[in-house]
Amino acid sequence: MTAYIVRRLIYGLFVLVGVNVLTFALFFFVNSPDDMARAQLGAKRVTPAAVDKWKHERGYDKPLFLNEKMTGIERVTETVFFDKSLRLFAFQFGASDQGRNIGYDIRTRMWPSLAVQVPAFVIGLAVYISFALLMAFFRATYVDFWGVVLCVLMMSVSTLFYIIGGQFVFGKLWSLVPISGYDGGFEAVKFLALPVLIGVIAGIGGSARWYRTIFLEEIGKDYVRTARAKGLSEPRVLFRHVLQNAMIPILTGVVVVIPLLFMGALITESFFGIPGLGSYTIDAISQQDFAIVRAMVFLGSVLYIIGLILTDISYTLVDPRVRFS
Amino acid sequence: MIRIRLGLLPLVLAFVAGCSGAPWNDPYPAADAGSNTLYTSFSERPKHLDPVQSYAENEFAFIANIYQTPLQYHYLKRPFELIPFGATEVPQPVYLDVAGRPLPQAAPAERVAYSEYTIRIRQGVLYQPHPAFAKDDSGGPRYHALTAADLRGIDTLADFRHTGTRELEAADYVHQIKRLAHPRLHSPILQLMGGYVVGLRDLADRLAKDAAGLPAGAVIDLTGYEFSGARVIDRHTYAIRVRGKYPQFAYWLAMPFFAPVPPEADRFYGQPGMAEKNITLDWYPIGTGPYMLTVNNPNRQMVLERNPNYHGEVYPAEGGPGDAELGLLRDAGKPLPFIDRVIFSLEKEQIPYWNKFLQGYYDASGIGSDTFDQAVQFSGQGDVTLTEDMERRGIRLQTSLATTVFYLGFNMLDPVVGEAAGERARKLRLAMSIAVDQEELISIFRNGRGLPSHGPIPPGIFGYREPDAEGINPYVYEWRDGMARRRNIEDAKKLLAEAGYPGGRDAKTGQPLLLHLDTTSSGADSRARLDWYVRQFAKLGVQLVIRATDFNRLQDKLRRGTAQLYFLGWNADYPDPENFLFLLHGAQSRAKTQGENASNYRNAEYDRLFERMQHMANGPERQAIIDRMVELLRHDAPWVWSFFPKDYTLHHSWLYNRKPNQIANNGLKYQRLDPAARAERRREWNPPVVWPLGLIGALLVLTVLPAVAAFRRRERRTASGSQA
Repeated sequence: MTAYIVRRLIYGLFVLVGVNVLTFALFFFVNSPDDMARAQLGAKRVTPAAVDKWKHERGYDKPLFLNEKMTGIERVTETVFFDKSLRLFAFQFGASDQGRNIGYDIRTRMWPSLAVQVPAFVIGLAVYISFALLMAFFRATYVDFWGVVLCVLMMSVSTLFYIIGGQFVFGKLWSLVPISGYDGGFEAVKFLALPVLIGVIAGIGGSARWYRTIFLEEIGKDYVRTARAKGLSEPRVLFRHVLQNAMIPILTGVVVVIPLLFMGALITESFFGIPGLGSYTIDAISQQDFAIVRAMVFLGSVLYIIGLILTDISYTLVDPRVRFS
Repeated sequence: MIRIRLGLLPLVLAFVAGCSGAPWNDPYPAADAGSNTLYTSFSERPKHLDPVQSYAENEFAFIANIYQTPLQYHYLKRPFELIPFGATEVPQPVYLDVAGRPLPQAAPAERVAYSEYTIRIRQGVLYQPHPAFAKDDSGGPRYHALTAADLRGIDTLADFRHTGTRELEAADYVHQIKRLAHPRLHSPILQLMGGYVVGLRDLADRLAKDAAGLPAGAVIDLTGYEFSGARVIDRHTYAIRVRGKYPQFAYWLAMPFFAPVPPEADRFYGQPGMAEKNITLDWYPIGTGPYMLTVNNPNRQMVLERNPNYHGEVYPAEGGPGDAELGLLRDAGKPLPFIDRVIFSLEKEQIPYWNKFLQGYYDASGIGSDTFDQAVQFSGQGDVTLTEDMERRGIRLQTSLATTVFYLGFNMLDPVVGEAAGERARKLRLAMSIAVDQEELISIFRNGRGLPSHGPIPPGIFGYREPDAEGINPYVYEWRDGMARRRNIEDAKKLLAEAGYPGGRDAKTGQPLLLHLDTTSSGADSRARLDWYVRQFAKLGVQLVIRATDFNRLQDKLRRGTAQLYFLGWNADYPDPENFLFLLHGAQSRAKTQGENASNYRNAEYDRLFERMQHMANGPERQAIIDRMVELLRHDAPWVWSFFPKDYTLHHSWLYNRKPNQIANNGLKYQRLDPAARAERRREWNPPVVWPLGLIGALLVLTVLPAVAAFRRRERRTASGSQA
């Protein structure tokens, strides 16, 4: 198992390098260092000298990938790419192009993201699986039919609609929770209730329908018929046997998401005024802060790789037949 | 049993919350319900709070209330009037010749080599409590030699246990002027001020040279640098020397660039380890103004609190016409500020902000196009009034014309619409100016919130002419039936034909005339507006091609002078016509000098007049020159004169003394609140409605019950289908 994980981590390193190159190329395809400087220096009275100085101080006056003026290894090392990428692998994110410490910002902003994402994830998973099992249990009845219709309807509605509708109904019409905002400690509960609820509701359609399909596929298998023939109750068949055997496809979609929870939700955080990492990334993109964008993409990639490794490990836990090789 | 109790927990909590009387949807702590706190928001974290760098309105919203610039604008009087703030009086420049000999005030600009402003500051002004001033037992600075161990456990400024203060000195103002030249601070006005403040450019060069020899992050001690442009005369007096006559310099003294910054700030914030914790002057200002920034969490909330050391300023006793009737002089003579705390909450989207304003959780709001019809209606006479719902809530509406101009610019370097095509292009530009119906645009896309412009100078700024029979732009409008009316489209067609494009086709080649508009506008709303522009040009048979681009690309095209048509606008820095007319000064050409003249317009007479006008004091002679300059612009039409935007703002009945001020940003100190009335309205407007929760619960139970019954039936059924 250790050898497998080490091998996956080495693969992951190559993936990270690839992601870094791609992020770098895409970002600088759209923005030049001059654009970045002007975005930071403001729209009024920006002089070419100020732009040059800004670039020089941040190392953006070097060539992007290859420094023709240098010789030997410095042709590669004396470039913006090398300067800006190498430290990422030591998780040293440095300062943003606005001068703020990125690591500090990430450490501060991950908690609000987690406060929304973790409950929404856990409650959501329970609700989606329960609802899917309910539909599977009452398969081919009106419950199943209307359940699927409801799922399709809910899938068709934009998340934005749930957010605005939820804010209107729960926050404005019924005055039960604040429309937006955030606070620390126990006070956070009243701000989190609505985004978590909306996060759960917005995901019901797609997830419950997906899980239902998985369960129905399992229910048709021979071992389920055998279990029933042995006189097991339907709940026992569903929860003890079907659910356990359906775990592999469920885990494939679920475990990989867990590390990414702390990256936050873009729209939700924006509409609810939650100071998480989702809005941090969006702000950085709109402000052309490459230092933050590259740090967040790098972090997202690392977490995704961790998620994939965790998924593989989780397979062995739920299915003893799966072995690392 | 335990499960039942746990299940009841939310209900118990709800009951407790209900008993407290506070609305459930109150986004603020219950303890703050009756506090003298103004609630507002910010949508984007300010990039800079260091007064040497800050140059954006959302940044001025904070620092203009923290720093005490030498001058400020009178809160109520219009046109805008400079009054003392940190200074004891508005300084009058002393004009000097090359040898430094004084000249009379009426001396012509050519003879004036220098203008010297001697500024006397108020005595006894204290800085806000701040750790940079904290003293240890021996009387030395407590926090100026911090080690990594000292900084452990310190994450914000509030984590420093000790604070101190000291009296404001003239040297602090001079220190800030030196900071304009600091090589690491990138002041956006260094280039401009370098041309005016004597020796500033030289200081910048010296500092850059010395900084290059210092290790990265080492503090440059500005107190060791002297320069002739700004010098301390005594503890409470300093002088600034600028080149030539520059009457607009007084306006700069009302901007944060010239606010005082104590050298202790550089020493305190420049220590190793502070920047890594984001503890910098750019994030934690040190001011002597009415407020101080006590919480700076740009991810959630920023809080201004009354500076306990601030005193001596009172509410104005004089105002503009109608201010007394509006109750704006009721607090005359009372000490400022009135409000104890101002909480800025992060609110990125308009919809939640608007809804929270209606719930009473924000004290004031603008009006977005989405909510315009909900808030405002037009009477039969065309007057703007609030809707019944707003009236019922006691909400007040205020309208004001912004000191902003929006325009559709032609690139004068373009071979089709620019200078090279001579008279032909001029007639083409004039035809376009007539065809684009600004009145319709304002009506359709801005809900009437704008005033069609006849030139670059907005109302309220010296040089503006009312668009009456004498003041209209005669190339685009004509005076008919006692009002300015846009010229007939036939006039535009005639001009187009004279330009060599009859019916929108080149008379020589027969090819249709294609014009290209570069714009960053996107989205559904913008698409409708851009389609409208296409239709305006189509009235003449001209095809307008919209080239959607991003901000960077547009700026790049403007810098290279390759755009043909573009949209831009300008917000005034200060209320002087020079700040608008310079946008078309030849020396400001964007393509040639990276200046603000994005149209690259050049007219020798205009440039000459501008250079004369900019040094003059307001008066009939200056007005005559401005009239001539505006006439030249109208004739040459480098812009399609679009409109001056009109701002509509709303505020609740418990907020007093609000008067829109488009130039100044330090209006918080004048505003007053009635927190008790606000708390009462909030309770009245936000009663929790619980019954739908019960209904939803009941519906869920009703939905589940048949399923449970069916489940039981199925469980009891035998293989043959009969019940067990």
